[in-house]
Amino acid sequence: MIVGWLIAILFLGGALAWASEALDAQLPKFIALLALLGSAVLVGWLALSGQANPLSPQGQWWVLADANWIPRFGIRFAVGVDGLSLLMLLLTVFLGLMALGAAWHEIRERSGFFYFNLLWTLAGVVGVFTSLDLFLFFFFWEVMLIPMYLIIAIWGHENRAYAAMKFFLFTQVSGLLLLFAIVCLAWFHAQQFGAFSFDYFALQDVVLEGRVQTWLMLGFFVGFATKLPAFPFHAWLPDAHSQAPTAGSVLLAGVLLKTGAYGLIRFTVPLFPEASASFAPFAMGLAAVGILYCAKLAFAQQDLKRLIAYTSVSHMGFVLLGVYAWNLYGLQGAVMTMLAHGFSAAALFMIAGGLQHRLHTRDMQRMSGLWSRLPMLSAMALFFTVAAVGMPGLGNFIGEFLSLLGAFQASRVATVFAALGLVLSAVYSLWVIQKVFHGPLLLPAGQGREPDGGLADLGTVELLCYGLMALGLLWMGLYPQSFLAHSASVLEALLQQTGTPGGGG
Amino acid sequence: MSMDQLLLLLPALVVTATTVLCMLAVAIHRRHLVSCVISAVGLLLALLSLSVAMPLAPQEVTPLLRVDAFSLFFTVLVLGSALVVTLFSYPYLCNLEDQQDEFYLLLNISVLGALVMVSSTHFLTAFLGMETLSVCLYGMVAYPLHRSRTAQYPMEASLKYLVLSAVSSGFVLFGMALLYAQSGTLHFTDISAGLAGGALVPASYYVLASLLIIMGFAFKLSLVPFHLWTPDVYEGAPLPATSFLATVGKLAMAALLMRFMSVSELLSSADIRYVLSIIAVFSILFGNLLALRQSNLKRLLSYSSIAHMGYLLVALITLNATGQSLGAEAVSFYLTAYVVMSLGAFGVMTVVSDSAQERDHIGHYQGLFWRNPWLALVFTAMLLSLAGIPLTIGFVGKFYIFAAGVQGAEWMLLLAMVVGSGIGLFYYLRIVYRMLAPLEHHDPFPEAGLRELLPHGLLLCLLVLLVLPGVLPGGLMALVETVVRSL
Repeated sequence: MIVGWLIAILFLGGALAWASEALDAQLPKFIALLALLGSAVLVGWLALSGQANPLSPQGQWWVLADANWIPRFGIRFAVGVDGLSLLMLLLTVFLGLMALGAAWHEIRERSGFFYFNLLWTLAGVVGVFTSLDLFLFFFFWEVMLIPMYLIIAIWGHENRAYAAMKFFLFTQVSGLLLLFAIVCLAWFHAQQFGAFSFDYFALQDVVLEGRVQTWLMLGFFVGFATKLPAFPFHAWLPDAHSQAPTAGSVLLAGVLLKTGAYGLIRFTVPLFPEASASFAPFAMGLAAVGILYCAKLAFAQQDLKRLIAYTSVSHMGFVLLGVYAWNLYGLQGAVMTMLAHGFSAAALFMIAGGLQHRLHTRDMQRMSGLWSRLPMLSAMALFFTVAAVGMPGLGNFIGEFLSLLGAFQASRVATVFAALGLVLSAVYSLWVIQKVFHGPLLLPAGQGREPDGGLADLGTVELLCYGLMALGLLWMGLYPQSFLAHSASVLEALLQQTGTPGGGG
Repeated sequence: MSMDQLLLLLPALVVTATTVLCMLAVAIHRRHLVSCVISAVGLLLALLSLSVAMPLAPQEVTPLLRVDAFSLFFTVLVLGSALVVTLFSYPYLCNLEDQQDEFYLLLNISVLGALVMVSSTHFLTAFLGMETLSVCLYGMVAYPLHRSRTAQYPMEASLKYLVLSAVSSGFVLFGMALLYAQSGTLHFTDISAGLAGGALVPASYYVLASLLIIMGFAFKLSLVPFHLWTPDVYEGAPLPATSFLATVGKLAMAALLMRFMSVSELLSSADIRYVLSIIAVFSILFGNLLALRQSNLKRLLSYSSIAHMGYLLVALITLNATGQSLGAEAVSFYLTAYVVMSLGAFGVMTVVSDSAQERDHIGHYQGLFWRNPWLALVFTAMLLSLAGIPLTIGFVGKFYIFAAGVQGAEWMLLLAMVVGSGIGLFYYLRIVYRMLAPLEHHDPFPEAGLRELLPHGLLLCLLVLLVLPGVLPGGLMALVETVVRSL
């Protein structure tokens, strides 16, 4: 029941943080810290002491828990952790701590409610990464949505109403399609086996006729691709990211986007292998278009956060590419990109948030030469930008390289175009560094001109966060095997079970 | 009539006695509190009396009524929501510049009508119940007639409702007459035999007659295109009357429609299914689209109720598509959910309003989160449930309808539902967002002192009823499953 505890700690911690605000305005963040540390201990213990149970389905599951929930529809509270889930849980808990660090000094108003939303979002994400019942999965899928909406709508920047609404509508409507597809799948299970079931393993046995399978697969694909986000469904992301408070952006970019990719790997392809195989060329085409198009859009942005948001969409293209290549290299690449992008994008959003906190603007036209005033922050920015570009030795390189390697076996055309994205990403990244941190010093009017400096470099909390994330990226880049080993058995089992359809073309 | 049958009618008898008692109390000495207590206690006793009736069901009580698990379930819902409305009415009506007591009288009589409707299997009782309910509602809608401010709205609303409702009753009567002319019975008997087409009378005759009846019912459920009265009546009526109309009115009508459909096996006709599908799609789309630009919350909720009745119709259409009755379960579950959410949403509005000033504009709720977090929390929960977000009963209800629709393979209807829910999110969230926005004005809520405890307690109960089946719906699902088996 360790997973149940993990979710319960976050839910209870959130409720407690909200309630404690009445006692003391400082209390909520310490309660949130405790709850997150508690869940970190649980995940860490799981990672260090646990191992796959050979008796579980496909012998890959570390822990499985199962309890009756809604018997009328055969819905069960079924959760489990395998190597893939474990990696995602590590990412979630770690970035949860980073988001807390980002919010530590930034959130002063209504902090109790803020930490409540933060922890409930994370609880939803943990649920998503561990659910083995599709109804439960959808339940958590939605649970992480509302608190995120509130985070953007209450603590966001100037245009938050629009951004929050757009975020919610996109994810919710695509979520309804997902729910629709899930219910259809359960109904086909009822037709073929005599009873409703939402169980992940049971649903894999449902035999679907070609056209039906394609439609249901599309329902799942749209649901997950909107979250990822893949190219035609990405319109909500730049607004949500640029308007969210820093901690919100960290969670969105670092964790929430990964739920979409996780859904594709865990559910879409294994549940609809044939339909996914014939859809793979389109998906890889979308991925390549997304990589190039959003890299181009990123280059055209003046708002720093918006720029990073577009680069996120672009990098997520590599995940989509790797997933639909559906071979071991591609999938490993997708998983590594998810982890590494989680770290680098979260760090970059924190840097953008830190700059906005200091300069009260995100407009890159109004800043220049910051290196002379903020050397530590600028150095960190350079490190994470270079990581995002895909510098060998850091995690992103491993991820993108592996996904391109996998994709090359599946679709050469798409891979060639996607690889061009690496060039574009170098262009916009270096341009940002040059524009913001190099050159003559230029500060927005009235900022940082006070005699006492006014423009403080990194504080202790920030330094700690950046340092940890940098170390994480180095670890991923220098010794990726420690992560790849966890996911390898899971991905191999998935490939075996779907008969490695691979991408055509 | 045997003793058993009298006991089965006990809830209705208790409500009748309460009405008489209420009237006598007014004749002896007028006092608002006494009238309210009498009617609340009466409704509570009626609820308790169900424990006597329950073991004796199912039985035909005269050829006119049938008391079974289905009717008992809806009796509980009707009595429960009437009780909640009664208790919400007291603080609201306290500062009315008129006599308050007759409101409870009207409310009790209309509950009686609703109780008759949910257990009727005969056109006579169905019509009698419908008219009893409606006639009292005209009075309730126009109740604050002598209020100095905005006095014209209740009158306008009531007249509109009266005229249109009378027309729709005419449709129902005409349909009944046509059916009676051929079958010679007013019982909801097997119309499907006629629908199959006889030698003498073509099937279209029965289709036409049934559609006339359904039109009248659709009016009461405010389905498009019979919805035009809804926003004006909701807006003009005092809040307790609005919440009564939105809950008990819809509940009794939907239960009656469901019983009518399942007993008469109307849905075996493809034509009727076709017409109902069009009505459902239009209700979902128009209701949601029209709600988008409303800034008066009563009007907004009225349009959203049109959409919700459309969702309900989706489940109703799948009623006998297969042997298993997922459709009927979905309808019962969704109605329960709808009643809880509507009572909660209107309840919050009633708590912050009184008869001197109704706070029904979206601007009144700006910054509610920072000013009264508790009310804002309840309101948010109700709105999210209406929007069908998990952790609430509304989500499970919508899931149920999805499952029923998939079972019946009604793909177009489900698509309309997905689109409609997407649009719906927008206006529900707009209210939530306004509640989160910073407080800009100071508009003190009515201070009711100790009187406030009761409505707040009720809101807490409703919140529990909203969240508990949302997280653990198993119990309610099992109940609903046994209920529809008696259909």
